[in-house]
Amino acid sequence: MSPVLASAATTAAVTTQSVVFWLLAVVSVGAACGMVLARRAVHCAIFLAAVMLSLAVFYAMQGAPFLAFVQVIVYTGAVLMLFLFVMMLIGVSSADSLVETIRGQRLAAAVAGIGLVVLLLLGIGHTVIGPAQPMTSIGGQGNLSGIATLIFTTYVFPFEVTSALLITAALGAMVLAHRERTSPKLTQRELSRRRIASKWPTPLPSPGVYALHNAVDMPALLPDGTPSELSVSPVLTRRELGTETAPVPESLPAGGDEPPRGGEQGNGEPGGGQPGGAQPSSGGPDNGQPGDAGTERPVETSTQGRSDS
Amino acid sequence: MSPAAYVTLAVVLFAIGGIGVLVRRNALIVFMCVELMLNAANLAFVAFARMHGNLDGQVIAFFVMVVAAAEVVVGLAILMAIFRTRRSTSVDDANLLKN
Repeated sequence: MSPVLASAATTAAVTTQSVVFWLLAVVSVGAACGMVLARRAVHCAIFLAAVMLSLAVFYAMQGAPFLAFVQVIVYTGAVLMLFLFVMMLIGVSSADSLVETIRGQRLAAAVAGIGLVVLLLLGIGHTVIGPAQPMTSIGGQGNLSGIATLIFTTYVFPFEVTSALLITAALGAMVLAHRERTSPKLTQRELSRRRIASKWPTPLPSPGVYALHNAVDMPALLPDGTPSELSVSPVLTRRELGTETAPVPESLPAGGDEPPRGGEQGNGEPGGGQPGGAQPSSGGPDNGQPGDAGTERPVETSTQGRSDS
Repeated sequence: MSPAAYVTLAVVLFAIGGIGVLVRRNALIVFMCVELMLNAANLAFVAFARMHGNLDGQVIAFFVMVVAAAEVVVGLAILMAIFRTRRSTSVDDANLLKN
């Protein structure tokens, strides 16, 4: 009786494993294709996270629980967060251009990739990949201590070299990220002099004054109803958060009819219905208000404000 | 599942990562595709470790992870330095050494 039960249990485990394998294989290959095809870098990072998490499950199924946890902690936790931080620094909306710089390059790359798959699979087909050894020899409780024993006996020299590599990488990152100050630091006296000499000695108008909302991306309305482009930070307008203004009452003079229309235009045009697909270059002269806000804003004042804080 | 299935999956993921490296222009996404290729190699290492029934493959995969982490740190720092001077992360724009 017990061998029958044991074999039934083994069959059930094998079936579960294969079901999980095929599910996650589809998920990981689909996410990898999505990573290659997605235009925005953030979407690529999300797809990569999906691939890494399914790989962690594969490691756990293969009797490598330690590697599964390291995969989640190091790759999904640390490396991908590093990617996202750098993405924040260099502009989160940076989308790839879809223009082929070399003609026929995509087709050639696809052919090369499929050829690589075929070649590797032929090579694998010629070798003999034996059945899996029983899990007890590598997985389970002894996995962690087994890896530790191997690292500190057989692979102790590569392990020490790894520490040197990590220190070198940390130093290299610091050297590469370090920026020399090319001009002397401005003192408070120089800053105040520059502020008085500039066109705007007073603070810039706050965003959202008399507008529909008081969010930071909402331009303030001037007494004649026109939106004040100086009131919105150029960083926000560059991210195309929209510059709609409050509807102007009928009692106002006719001059106040213009700005809301311009605001709606600027809001509706670049996105074209899909805010994610807006090209960075589409912020041309048509939705000029966000771009002009950045150029018209006095440069001295904005740098002053940044160094003050 | 037999290790052959895992190795096949690793091959497919590796090829997709290679296509991404060849096709994409954004240096950040190229880095992500390189990470995908390293991960696929790790999956093959773990599958072979399972096949042989010892832990050497898992230790190698662990070292690959460490090297990949170091590579990402330095690569992203270089990317930041390039972006600071050129205001672009496209691999086509970094051509100062061309002429």
